[in-house]
This record gives sequence, structure tokens and C-alpha cells, in this order.
Amino acid sequence: MNSLLTQEVPLTWYLLLSAVLFALGVVGFLIKRNLITVFMSIELMLNAVNLSFVTFAHQWHQVKGQIFVFFVMMVAAAEAAVGLAIIIAVFRARATLAVDRIDLMKL
Amino acid sequence: MTIFMNGNLYLWLIPLLPFAGFLFNGLLGSRLPKWIVSTVALLAPLAALGLVVNAAWLLSSTNPPLLPYIETCPNPWITTASLHIDFSFVLDQLSLVMLLVVTGVGFLIHVYSVGYMKHEEGYWRFFAYMNLFMFFMTVLVLAGNALVMFVGWEGVGLASYLLIGFYFEKKSAADAGKKAFIVNRIGDFGFLIGMFLLLANFGTLTFAEIGTQLNANPAWQGGVLTVISLCLMLGAAGKSAQLPLYIWLPDAMEGPTPVSALIHAATMVTAGVYMVARTHVLFDHSPFALGVVATVGVATALFAATIGLVQNDIKRVLAYSTISQLGYMFLACGVAAYSAGIFHLVTHAFFKALLFLAAGSVIHAVGGEQDLRKMGGLWKKLPVTFAVTTVGILAIAGFFPFAGFFSKDAILYAAFQQGTSGKVLWTVGLLTALLTSFYMFRLWYMAFLGKPRSETGHHHATPFSMLGPLVILAVLSIGGGWVGIERFSAYLAPSTGARVAEAAGGNLELILSIVAVAVALLGWFIAHLFYSQQPERPAELAAAMPMGYKLLANKYYVDEIYGALVVKPLLAISKFFLEWVVDVAILGGVAWLLGGVATLTGAILQRWQSGNLRSYAAWLSAGAAALLLYVLVPWATVLASLSAIHFGVAGH
Repeated sequence: MNSLLTQEVPLTWYLLLSAVLFALGVVGFLIKRNLITVFMSIELMLNAVNLSFVTFAHQWHQVKGQIFVFFVMMVAAAEAAVGLAIIIAVFRARATLAVDRIDLMKL
Repeated sequence: MTIFMNGNLYLWLIPLLPFAGFLFNGLLGSRLPKWIVSTVALLAPLAALGLVVNAAWLLSSTNPPLLPYIETCPNPWITTASLHIDFSFVLDQLSLVMLLVVTGVGFLIHVYSVGYMKHEEGYWRFFAYMNLFMFFMTVLVLAGNALVMFVGWEGVGLASYLLIGFYFEKKSAADAGKKAFIVNRIGDFGFLIGMFLLLANFGTLTFAEIGTQLNANPAWQGGVLTVISLCLMLGAAGKSAQLPLYIWLPDAMEGPTPVSALIHAATMVTAGVYMVARTHVLFDHSPFALGVVATVGVATALFAATIGLVQNDIKRVLAYSTISQLGYMFLACGVAAYSAGIFHLVTHAFFKALLFLAAGSVIHAVGGEQDLRKMGGLWKKLPVTFAVTTVGILAIAGFFPFAGFFSKDAILYAAFQQGTSGKVLWTVGLLTALLTSFYMFRLWYMAFLGKPRSETGHHHATPFSMLGPLVILAVLSIGGGWVGIERFSAYLAPSTGARVAEAAGGNLELILSIVAVAVALLGWFIAHLFYSQQPERPAELAAAMPMGYKLLANKYYVDEIYGALVVKPLLAISKFFLEWVVDVAILGGVAWLLGGVATLTGAILQRWQSGNLRSYAAWLSAGAAALLLYVLVPWATVLASLSAIHFGVAGH
């Protein structure tokens, strides 16, 4: 018990968590039809990557990784603002958020 | 002056001047007034004629250049390890005689054309082609080796094609041009094979060297020489319209009449005879080839004469008579009487050019009508034309003392000398003479005598530029033979060899000539009977022998037979081969295959480009997963352990 608290969590665990989160994001992105869920899956993938950035920054005692995380969070916030605006616009136009009904790329 | 080795005869200028005329009129003629076009077009052959006359004059001077006189281009034409061919011109007795005929008659016909073609479209084009013809014809005549001759040979064929198809808007004229060209190709094939064989057996194409080699080896008879001779004869038969390749010449009458006179009567069609005379050493070493030449000649003479009996187009009658007379020339060559053949070539050039030009004058006067049945009574309206045509007809029929008498007599006499087969040749020749006399006088009666059979509106007056050449040619048709075969033969002897058969034969020759003239008179008499005394007789006769008449009127159906035997199968094969095998199967197949591969690949690959974002993402993830799998899994270890397990099992 004592040892559990004092011992550091090994690096591999963080990385595994990151990989699992990323995979969950990918799968969500691929199989979900609701545009908001898809959007959330993308956020999940971004944060999975953030986790691995922080892990490596801690491991190598370098601050670059953590700075990178702030960049990613900033971009993700901006992206969330734009993305949600688009989603609302799409919903107003189509009255649906099912991604296979709004695949406008296909002529 | 530096093109050829300098000499005082300037042979190279003789073809080059007409060529300059061709270039000038061909390039600029369409923008120039007619008088400049005609001046240039007339000056070119006149200057060539002047050079030839100058050469002849120099040769008869006290200190003549030696014959054969050779001019060779200092730069070799073709040089390879085993082959050396120069571009060389040779002037000897034979080519001098031929050149005088070609440039002399050629010039007269050019003068005539100025009047005849005055109102034609494409006046400049006509004269450009005529000058081009003169260029190639003089090259052909002057050629010192077979390849140079072949250049001229093909060139005159080209000029002939262009001039037959002069009225190319008319389909029949364009077709006739093509027919002439294609039929000549068959002959050219023979000429080419002959040349290859000459190269293979003699290593040279120069006529003089071939002669030297053969003279050094008199025992060399027949064999390959027969094959070469027959190949050359095939070429000659194509160019000179002999059986079985004569079919293009009657159709060639679609060209303007001066063209028929110059190319298809006086000069180009005699090129075959000239070629046989030029290569006579080969024929002399092959009795079989000579026999073929004589047989083809005499058969053509008779064959064409029988067709000529019933033709109603004035130019076609003359065309068949040309074929028939060319047959006589080949008969002469076939009995090795080359100088008699050339003699007939010369006199024939005079009287047949005359007859054609006179026919042109008739056609010109009656507004383009060529059908004899619609003419008649023209002697009053065209007295000069009537007079000169009479001279021409007397000459071709072989009446003493007109030119044709001497040459035809020489040929028949030479044929008669050739043993038993010679008697047959002589008899057929005599029969042909009878037919010739008959159909020529038939033309005479139908066109000029009797009453006009149709009202042909107004008659044009014949201009002096047309009358002048007619009169000069008439004079030549009368006096052209007076030189006599003995002197002519003796003069040509260095080129064509001297033969006993051509020497004067005393009583026998006299008797034979009397027989020939009697036969010609008989032909005249029958024509007189049929077309003057009892004009209903020819129709009765035709009705009495419907089969025979139809056979002749349809020219023995030769065109139809060739059409069925050669043209149609050839077309069918070409159609099958080119349309189905080449076009559809090969080209279409390749195109179809390429197209099919592209379509198929596209059909497969386009499934990836669905436009569905999630499928792209799925592929992306699958690719990333595959890469990860490849990078992360230690394949070497895995494989090693796998094989260890395998062998471990096997070891147990």
C-alpha cells in the first residue's frame, strides 16, 4: 500500500492509456453517425496525444512537450468554436446531424 | 559548270533547261500572264533542241568528239562497299537519234499546245508538267546506266499521270491517271527485279560495262540472262503498252490531245523500245527472250489493230493504232533488228504525233466532239488539217514514199528473214498492216469525207501556232523515211550492233515491199467500200456477226477480265486484310486492349475514391495500423521462433 503510493507510475501505463484513448477516438470517429459525437472523438484523439506529450516531457525533463500541449489546447479551443458554429449552421440547413446525410463532398 | 565534268557538248544542260522551265512555271506560273508562261515553256525545249542539234552538228564536223561521249557527275551518286553508281549521261548514236526525236517533236507539240490550250484553266500547270516531262524524258534517253534510266523512267510516268489527270475534276480523267500509274508499277516491278539481277550478276548497272562483260564471254547464253531480259521486257511492256499491260493507254486519252501526241504516241510510250535497244546485248544472249519479245510484239500489233477496227472515238482509234505500231517496234527488237525498231520509232513519232495533233485540231474545230459518227465532211472546213491527216494516214498505212513505208518494210523484211517462225511473224505483221490501213482510212472517211452527220454549231478557225507544227510534222512524215534503213542501220551500228538481216536484200525486199503496199491498198479499198460506197455494209456485217462485233467493240472484255481476275480479288483481299485484319483486329485490338486495361484499373481504383470522408479515414487508420504493426513487431525474432518451432516438431 505504502509502496503503491510512493512508487512512481511507470511510463508505459501513461503511454498505454494514451494509445487506448486515441484508439477510442479513432473508433468513435469511424463508427459514430452523429456529427457532435464525431467531433468529440476528434477532441479525444487530440487529448490522447496531449497525454503522451506530457508523459514524455516528464520523462525527459523537457518543457517543450508541455508547451506543445498548450498549443494543442489552444488550437483545439479555436477549432471547437469554429467546428461548433459549423455544426449549428449545418443543422439549421439540413435539420439533421447524421454524417452520411451531409456528405456534400459527393456530388 | 562544275556539276559535271566540263565538256563541249553540255549534255547536262539538255534535261536541266526544261527542268528550269518546270520550276519557273510551276512556282510562279499561276501569277504570271499567259505570254510569259508560254515564252518560258517554249524556250526550255527549244534550247534543249538547240543543244542537241549543236551536238549533232559537232559530231558531223571534221574533228568530232568520240562516241560514246560520256558526262559523269564528279560526285559519286551511290557508293557502298560493293556498289558504285555514278550519275552519268551518255551520248551515242542511239541516244542522239532519240534525243532529236524527243526534243524536236516535243518542241513542235509545245508550240501546238500554245494554240490548243489557250482557253483552258490551268494553262501554266499544263506547261509546267510538259516541261517536267521533257526533263525526265531526256534523262531517260541520256542515261548511262540503268538506275539513271529508272529515274527518268519513273519521272515520265509521273508526268504522264499528272497530264492524263489534267482535267482532274472529271472522274474518268482522274481514274485514267491512276490506272496508267498503277499498271506501270507492274512493269516497273520487272525493271527493278531486272536491275537487282544485273547488279547481282554483273556488279554494275552501267550499260557499257555490261556490254563489255558480255562481249568478253560470248558463250554465256540464256539462264539468268533470259530472266533479266524477261524482267526488263516486263518493264518495257508496261511503259510501251504491250500485252498484257496495254490497258492503260486507251484510257490515257482522257488527257489533253497534245499530251496524247507527245507522251502517249511519240515519245514516252517508245521508252520501252528504247530500253530494249539500249540493253540489246542482254537480249542478244537469250534467244528465248528475243522470241518472247517478238511474240508479244506481233500479238499486240494484231490484237490492238482488231480492236481499233470498231472504235468510234477518234482518239481511241489512234490510241489502239499506237499500241499496234509499238507492237511492230517490239517485233523488230524481237528479231534482233533493233535499228529497224528505232527507225519505226522515229517515223512513228512523226506521223503519229501528226495524226494526234490533227485529231486535236479536228476536236478543237468541232467544239470538243470526239465521236467519229458525229463528224463527216470536214475536209471543206479544215483543208489543212485534212491534207496533213491524209499524209499521216498514208504514212501509217505504209504507202510509198511516205515515212512509214520504209520503217514498216524494214521490220517486215527483218522478220521474214527469221526462218520458219519469221514467216509466221511476217504473215501476222502483214495482216496487221491490212487492218491498220483499213481502220485508218475508216477514220479518214468518217471524219473528213461524206456529208456532215450532225450540226456542230460554229467551227473555230485553227490558229497558226497549231497549223505550223502540223505542216512541219507532215513534211517529216513524208520525208522522214527517205534516209533508208541501210544508212540508218549503218549509223546506229555502233550502238545497236550490225546485222545482216537489216542490209538491203535486193529482189526479195522489193517483192515484200510490193506485197506490203498491195495489202495497204487492199485495206484502203475495203474502207472505201464500207464507208464511202456502201455505208450500210458495216452495220450489216456487225449484225451478221453479233458475237464477233460485240467482242471487238468491248475490246475483248480485257478490262472486265482484269477487273474480275485481278482488281476485284485484290480489292477483296485488301478490304479483308486492311479493314478486318489490320484495322479491326490489330489496330482496333490494341486500342481496345489499352482502353480496356485503363477502364478496368479505373473501375477498381475508383472504389477508393468514394468521396466518403469516413472511408478515407478508415483507410488512413488501417494504413497507420499496418505501419505500426510493421514497425513495432520484431519480425526477425518472430520468424526465427516460428521456424524453431517448426524444426523442433520435425526433430521429434
